[in-house]
Amino acid sequence: MAFKTPLYDEHVSLHGKIVEFGGYLLPVQYPTGVIAEHMAVRTGVGIFDVSHMGEILYKGKDALANLNYVLTNDFTSLPIGRIRYSVMCYEDGGCVDDLIVYRLGEDSYLAVVNAGNRIKDAAWMKEHLFGDVEFKDISEDVAQLAIQGPLSGEVLGKYTELPKKYYSFIETTILGKNVMVSQTGYTGEYGFEVYCRKEDVTELYREFLKDERVVPCGLGARDTLRLEAGMPLYGHEMDETVSPLETGLDFGVKLHKDFIGREGILNRKNRHRVGIKMIGRGIAREHLDVYKDGKLIGHTTSGTHLPYLKGAYAMALVDEEYPAGTIVEVDIRGKRVEGEITALPFYKREK
Amino acid sequence: MKTPLELKYSKSHEWVKITGEHECEVGITDYAQDSLGDLVFVNLPEIDADAVKDEAICDVESVKAVSDIFSPVSGKVAEVNEELLDAPEKINEDPYGAWLFRLTDVEDFEGLLSAEEYEKVVEEEAH
Repeated sequence: MAFKTPLYDEHVSLHGKIVEFGGYLLPVQYPTGVIAEHMAVRTGVGIFDVSHMGEILYKGKDALANLNYVLTNDFTSLPIGRIRYSVMCYEDGGCVDDLIVYRLGEDSYLAVVNAGNRIKDAAWMKEHLFGDVEFKDISEDVAQLAIQGPLSGEVLGKYTELPKKYYSFIETTILGKNVMVSQTGYTGEYGFEVYCRKEDVTELYREFLKDERVVPCGLGARDTLRLEAGMPLYGHEMDETVSPLETGLDFGVKLHKDFIGREGILNRKNRHRVGIKMIGRGIAREHLDVYKDGKLIGHTTSGTHLPYLKGAYAMALVDEEYPAGTIVEVDIRGKRVEGEITALPFYKREK
Repeated sequence: MKTPLELKYSKSHEWVKITGEHECEVGITDYAQDSLGDLVFVNLPEIDADAVKDEAICDVESVKAVSDIFSPVSGKVAEVNEELLDAPEKINEDPYGAWLFRLTDVEDFEGLLSAEEYEKVVEEEAH
């Protein structure tokens, strides 16, 4: 059975096309269409229901030590009010999930994880708890909206002050509701995520939509936006068979400290995540073989037509680091179509 | 959803415009384009290729997925709408104007649905 987010009825009344994702019924798109939704985020402002994401609290004097042991990044220097990206690994270096961690207070942290992995993540984290720490999965009580795009600050700024820096957050109120607003997102664009109690989210969502510039966006645009921005997605660019170094997440792995999966990661860095821009006619999607000079070098992990760049792009895991410009071929339903290794991200916003 | 009365339809959501005793034009229906969403890529059949009734002959791709187009009748591909190669969005904008291919040597047009019959198919599928 699939869960509904508190905004399910809103999506239905906005004629969202509902699909199941990560165990939740969510709109893949609205009548606006994926391309227009994608472009709204690149050039205006879009709003996403991301209430399906999981939220897990760590509290206590050993909260930091626990996070540093169970996650690949180092949170020792993370100030209160700031956020850090990390991966969580199995002993063998494969990924349990990727997540972001908010430092809420002196001894309290909030981990935000992928919906489809939440139960598995919580079990893994719990299994490895030690010392003086309180652990709580609060996903059921928390709703989340992502307001993304160059105009997002203007829209949200009508209600509250905003976190000034990327990957920082503030606790504030909107329409008298307690919320947490962070400058984060999964689109590669300037934008914010608003966390609130699930009973408050419908009122906030309706209020934000009163601004006619705000376009409701579905999972389809969320996927094309993150792909255009070269961001990995669990289950595609990483999973239990891929290490964070293989998929290019070196910045989120701190090998100077001890953590679960450290040895495993060191023993298996042998693949690389690359970007491919298609040259020949065809759209490379996930799970397709990639060849160079007739030799199989890996497979695609995600791929589609990217609306802002107006072309077919894919990400792939391949056997070595090929320089940008290397010509490869992707097997699209039996046809070898030429592509070119391209630096990630495909799209980077101008600041 | 539009379903022009003068056209014939297949259960797999293609429309057929009969243009001669053995000739027709084929495209995808309004319902099909709406279900697929924004189209971003079209693979057209080769000229002179054999079209076999109910078999995949070419495909269209949206941002999310690739979908086969089935030939609603048997015949030979006489012409393809090359304009769509650079402008697949025309299928979304005008599904009954944006024909995909024209067939010749069509033996018969049996088994196609009327507009009314097709609307019933769609109605059942939507439930």
